[in-house]
Amino acid sequence: MYKIVRKKELNSAVTMMDIEAPFIARKAKAGQFIIFRVDELSERVPLTIAGCDREKGTVTIIFQKVGFSTEALGALNEGDYIRDFVGPLGKPTDVEGKKRVCVVGGGVGCAIALPAAKGFKEAGAIVDVIIGFRTKDIVILEDEFREASDNLYLMTDDGSYGEKGFGTVKLQQLLESGIQYDEVLAIGPVPMMKFVCKTTEPFGVYTVVSLNPIMVDGTGMCGGCRVTVGGETKFACVDGPEFDGHKVDFAELMSRNGIYRDREAEVKKDHVCRIEAMGKALIQ
Amino acid sequence: MANMTLTKTPMPEQEPQVRAHNFKEVTLGYTAEMAIEEAGRCLNCKNPKCVEGCPVNVRIPEFIAKVREGDFKAAYEVITSTNALPALSGRVCPQETQCESKCVRGIKGEPVAIGRLERFVADWYRENVNAMPEKAASNGIKVAVVGSGPAGLTCASDLAKKGYQVTVFEALHTAGGVLVYGIPEFRLPKAIVANEVKKLEAQGGEVMTNMVIGRVLTIDELFEMGYKAVFVGSGAGLPMFMNIPGESLKGVLSANEYLTRTNLMKAYTEEADTPIIRSKAVAVVGGGNVAMDAARCAMRLGAEHVYIVYRRGEAEMPARLEEQHHAKEEGIEFKTLCNPVEILGDEDGRVNGIKCVRMELGEPDASGRRRPIAVEGSEFVLDVDTVIMALGTSPNPLIRSTTPGLDTNRKGCLVVDENVMTTREGVFAGGDAVTGAATVILAMGAGKKGAAAIDEYLKK
Repeated sequence: MYKIVRKKELNSAVTMMDIEAPFIARKAKAGQFIIFRVDELSERVPLTIAGCDREKGTVTIIFQKVGFSTEALGALNEGDYIRDFVGPLGKPTDVEGKKRVCVVGGGVGCAIALPAAKGFKEAGAIVDVIIGFRTKDIVILEDEFREASDNLYLMTDDGSYGEKGFGTVKLQQLLESGIQYDEVLAIGPVPMMKFVCKTTEPFGVYTVVSLNPIMVDGTGMCGGCRVTVGGETKFACVDGPEFDGHKVDFAELMSRNGIYRDREAEVKKDHVCRIEAMGKALIQ
Repeated sequence: MANMTLTKTPMPEQEPQVRAHNFKEVTLGYTAEMAIEEAGRCLNCKNPKCVEGCPVNVRIPEFIAKVREGDFKAAYEVITSTNALPALSGRVCPQETQCESKCVRGIKGEPVAIGRLERFVADWYRENVNAMPEKAASNGIKVAVVGSGPAGLTCASDLAKKGYQVTVFEALHTAGGVLVYGIPEFRLPKAIVANEVKKLEAQGGEVMTNMVIGRVLTIDELFEMGYKAVFVGSGAGLPMFMNIPGESLKGVLSANEYLTRTNLMKAYTEEADTPIIRSKAVAVVGGGNVAMDAARCAMRLGAEHVYIVYRRGEAEMPARLEEQHHAKEEGIEFKTLCNPVEILGDEDGRVNGIKCVRMELGEPDASGRRRPIAVEGSEFVLDVDTVIMALGTSPNPLIRSTTPGLDTNRKGCLVVDENVMTTREGVFAGGDAVTGAATVILAMGAGKKGAAAIDEYLKK
């Protein structure tokens, strides 16, 4: 059993928790993930690690309540326990040897972009960060990002806070201004990562995306998380979760992520993908 | 005078039409009367060949003699002096190629039903005595066991008996390895596995779940933590795919994923949150025990048609005859001498068919089995909405890739010497991690050997 030692609502849909897991806290690096299971009958759900406190032995997770399991986790409080918490899984972000990078976070994906930004900074890179949200009310981790970056660009779709527009618009501007990035790291919803890749492609900038497909064990056993990268089948859990975004087959990934959508239909029945629609408009 | 009946005493089982729709155990086990009757068929040979056929050398005639006398407790003690997990091996061992294949009674008629008797004794003991083993006096020496499958559990149990302070590290959330994620409830009830884990804990063994060695701790860190030896029994968990077009469609799964969702994640119960594809027609590709398990799970989860698609003939199938027989009884359709060439999908990316080509058998290949050759122009499509790949598995690279100096062969299996030590001092290994995918009993034998070798090594 793993104790929830801190809980904080970051906005109406996004929750932050610190979970007591000393073995994981000692080892975890940016880019790696954990799998949690709320109780004996719950699913195993992967979440990328948002941070950890090695001294206190806690691991921070930030999640959006979007399905059965994240709703169940979000309903728990400080002092409660969850049944299982395993990690760190996957390969860490490769932060070494980069002069200047741009980290692009979208929505709750910013939670994972933060440790990566910190990692790049600690490794000596100049770090530009673009974080994008739909509107002012759901902005998270602004102060933390300001600290972890050299330049922070905060975007909202409706212009209610920061600059108006999509993260990709800002990225385009930065690339056009002639800044040379060794890497762009995009973390967020799949359509957003796809459009970041489309944005960087003409500039030939190496672009990494962090994938979070459906998986069961997270150790290479089930093969459910297979993604096609550069024409080869990869397991996101052990070969990733980060891949060269210009090689990822996003259409297949999005299709595969919908395998069990019927079952979650109750929860998501009115969901029309806004990002996909806006992204399309943007590219055309 | 021995019971000279030529056939085994039949074991009661659930009717096929009934069991094809539930997850309760298929075979129901002998009653005491049946067991005594069957035990009477053993000739108690002076030079028992059956014992040689057993990977853990259970003293078979001796335990059967006790069954015949009705002293089931004594029979249990004879078995467990060499086999730590008889309730498991009595159920899932391929006795027909091991002990029973050597039985003299098998020359004329059927061999003695050794497996059924072993199972009876183990079940009788669990239901009537189930005394937890005593904790041996501790020698204070820490040993780490990686993996809680049949190899790891056996190794840990033997080491605990000798007084070692054993910690078993399991990557998943429940101990048991393939016994809980792979083999379905209807073949091996999970309560039996849980009872074995409880027994290990009673002996002083510690089981830590959710510990992925190679990630959360490396083998080197285990030594730094004071473990004096490590046994790697991490199995062969990496699924293979065919690399044919359409394998990324929704509805194509590895048998590992399908079985893990069904068994470990309890998708067959109403209460579990685990999503599983509710298939109407399923093709399971492969001819081993895992293929049979996946097919039979699919049937129980409500599929109307379940096909086994296998590129060789029925005679070449690696699955146990009993499993093939049970599967057929339950209505699984065998499409042998068929090889998938493409998986077809609809506009939404969901599977709606599997294109196969018919095969014929040519000359024997390296495995000694006749090589299947495609018949040109014989393609046909099976209408299915789910394809399950049960093509075999290979060892997980997590440990070998994070442990310097640990050698593997080209298949990724750990290389061990005659004392089952790997190329790293103090690191021993056994089971599928060394052999590639094999049987539960071979893994148990390897665990036993590992424990003995570690004991020898640490005594030096």
